[in-house]
Amino acid sequence: MLTLSAAALTLASPALAEGVVSERADRVIRIGNLMPYSGPASAYSIVGRIEQAYFKMINDQGGINGRRVEFISYDDAYNPAKAVEQVRKLVERDQVLLVFSAMGTPTNAAIQKYLNLKQVPQLFAASGATRFGDPQAFPWTMGWQPPYQSEGRVYAKFILATRPQGRIAVLYQNDDLGRDLLKGLKDGLGDKAAMIALEESYEVAEPSADNHIARLKASGADVFVSITTPKFAAQSIKAAAALDWHPLYVQALVAASIAAVLRPAGLDASQGLVSAAYNKDASDPQWRDDAGMQRFHAFLDGYAPDVDRGDNSVAYGYGAAQCLVEVLRRAGDDLSRANIMKQAASLQGYAPDTLLPGITVNTAADDFHPIEQLRMMRFSGDHWELFGPVIDGKLRD
Amino acid sequence: MSALQEVVNDTQPVETTPKKYMALGTTASVVVVLLLCLAPLIAKNFVIFQMTMVLIYAIAVLALNILTGGSGQFSLGQSAFYAVGAYSSAILMENFGVNYALTLPISGAICFLCGYLFGLPALRLSGIYLALATFALATAMPQLLKLHYFEHWTGGVQGLVITKPDAPFGLPMSQDMWLYYFVLVVSMVIYVASVNLLKSRSGRAMMAIRDNEIAASAMGVDVARYKTLAFGVSAGITGVAGGLGAIAVQFVAPDSYTIQLAIALFLGMVVGGVGWLPGSIVGAAFIVFVPNIAEEFSKGLSGAVFGVILVLIIFLLPHGSRQIAYTVQNWVHKLGRRG
Repeated sequence: MLTLSAAALTLASPALAEGVVSERADRVIRIGNLMPYSGPASAYSIVGRIEQAYFKMINDQGGINGRRVEFISYDDAYNPAKAVEQVRKLVERDQVLLVFSAMGTPTNAAIQKYLNLKQVPQLFAASGATRFGDPQAFPWTMGWQPPYQSEGRVYAKFILATRPQGRIAVLYQNDDLGRDLLKGLKDGLGDKAAMIALEESYEVAEPSADNHIARLKASGADVFVSITTPKFAAQSIKAAAALDWHPLYVQALVAASIAAVLRPAGLDASQGLVSAAYNKDASDPQWRDDAGMQRFHAFLDGYAPDVDRGDNSVAYGYGAAQCLVEVLRRAGDDLSRANIMKQAASLQGYAPDTLLPGITVNTAADDFHPIEQLRMMRFSGDHWELFGPVIDGKLRD
Repeated sequence: MSALQEVVNDTQPVETTPKKYMALGTTASVVVVLLLCLAPLIAKNFVIFQMTMVLIYAIAVLALNILTGGSGQFSLGQSAFYAVGAYSSAILMENFGVNYALTLPISGAICFLCGYLFGLPALRLSGIYLALATFALATAMPQLLKLHYFEHWTGGVQGLVITKPDAPFGLPMSQDMWLYYFVLVVSMVIYVASVNLLKSRSGRAMMAIRDNEIAASAMGVDVARYKTLAFGVSAGITGVAGGLGAIAVQFVAPDSYTIQLAIALFLGMVVGGVGWLPGSIVGAAFIVFVPNIAEEFSKGLSGAVFGVILVLIIFLLPHGSRQIAYTVQNWVHKLGRRG
């Protein structure tokens, strides 16, 4: 009996093996990714690690519609030339289905034309630059986070509502983040743009923001918009407190992390700060009992226990990966690149675990900015207090 | 002359390379060129792209080699000239509709001028001080490219996107293959011209300055002229490489041309062998491929792995690829004598 079944097995095996091989190619979804694992921006590469871990969890849970996810992530050192080389390796050698969550504005801009020419989806590019949501010119490229310009408009709306007669001082980082956000702020102020009394820029290489703050204070402004990254944000908060300057303090969300900015700057000095958000801050105690954040923490416990949960990049990577999984799940068995773009462009009211209550992912054939809503929040005690309604920073008007 | 200056001037920064060792022999050159011509026929498109990048970096490393290996001056500012070349080509192509091939000599000329002008104040500096001055140039460049005044042309922080050229005359080859052969021809022309330059009267004058500045001027060499000339030529060639790099990558942005690029080129020169022109391509291959190899070992520690590989190479092959080439040459000669 045993020998008989063994013989049957050997007879059947060639056909079986063939089936397995063709099935295996069909049973894997290959996703390509670029991250600055080395070089000056390597702190952001935590996003890639979290995404890798998230897909591992999805695979352990049985994959997407029975298919396993293979996440191939290469180092581009935040260098556009290297990014082009690596993305071509992903598309031409590894034959990835799509490129997901590549990090950075210059690197995404460098690969944008190539991917659109090859008609490979460039999904959820990790940059807030407006150029990654332009379906007419680049139908295969979609961003994810709120565009910096949307955020600027939201602050403009808020300032016009609370201090219509105010004088505004702006400190911004001299790169695409700073320039784009400032443009959004000015567009939002419209014909009231003259409210901006003084704008100062700084370079990332500068050692300190103190001199800028002193000059901004001297301008006599009573509203301060700080478009700064974590190190400079913390220095600015400290410097303003030391100079006894207490304007309506608006901090850009890129550096609104409690763990990375406010605590180092001093919680006393941070009281009353205003910012906008779309993600829940994992170090904020108010989300301790939130169902979505509990799933987030359970995932981290199992798959990335050593990461710093206060790092905004961790929640970012989790949210983006979850959103991609949703797109692939909706694509079902039609894993053509065109169908994936179609699914990505028809998300309505989808809410990943890490988004704030009331904020959802919305896309359409003519809207390639998945998240455009923000909520204002004010720092009080040891956490951010949300206030006001969900504000739409739509750029299409 | 103060004691400090003497100390600085006495240490000869670059060791003497006899000029007959500057280039490859005829047979070896033919073999290398044949290999470079045939390689794309069997390689995939993205490998061809990588090889194109190797050739482009090889041109830039060669330019540094002329400056450092030829005239004994250090530069950590090559990325600045590379950036000027890249932006010149990009702006000419996108804003003025100039043909890509025509932009290269213009970029080269602009960079030659920049290098020559920078060479004038740099004359007063030597050794490590010159390295520092050029370092300042490299750190300043990305900021200059972001300036508001130039934003209309440079695209500011967003950079410029360039259209990749098609093969002309309806040749049946992909854009990548065409660009590879185009870059190959340009790099061969530059290589031959550079070898001839170093073998000429001017080249001998530069090497005399490298070996001993005082002796050279005693022999009647116009030290100031040849030092600035070396700077100009080096910058011009780097500018051509920058222009080619912009066309191949199809994108220029200030962040592409940071000090990291200057250090990579410097590294390529050391690994290839200082003063040995054919080593430029080996050095270029090193800076393109070794980071990828390091990444295969470990993503989180790719920088450390890269460092270990680099230390091993410097420890085992202090003269770079030149050392390997000489060893192989000796073996071939021995075999030839026996047979």
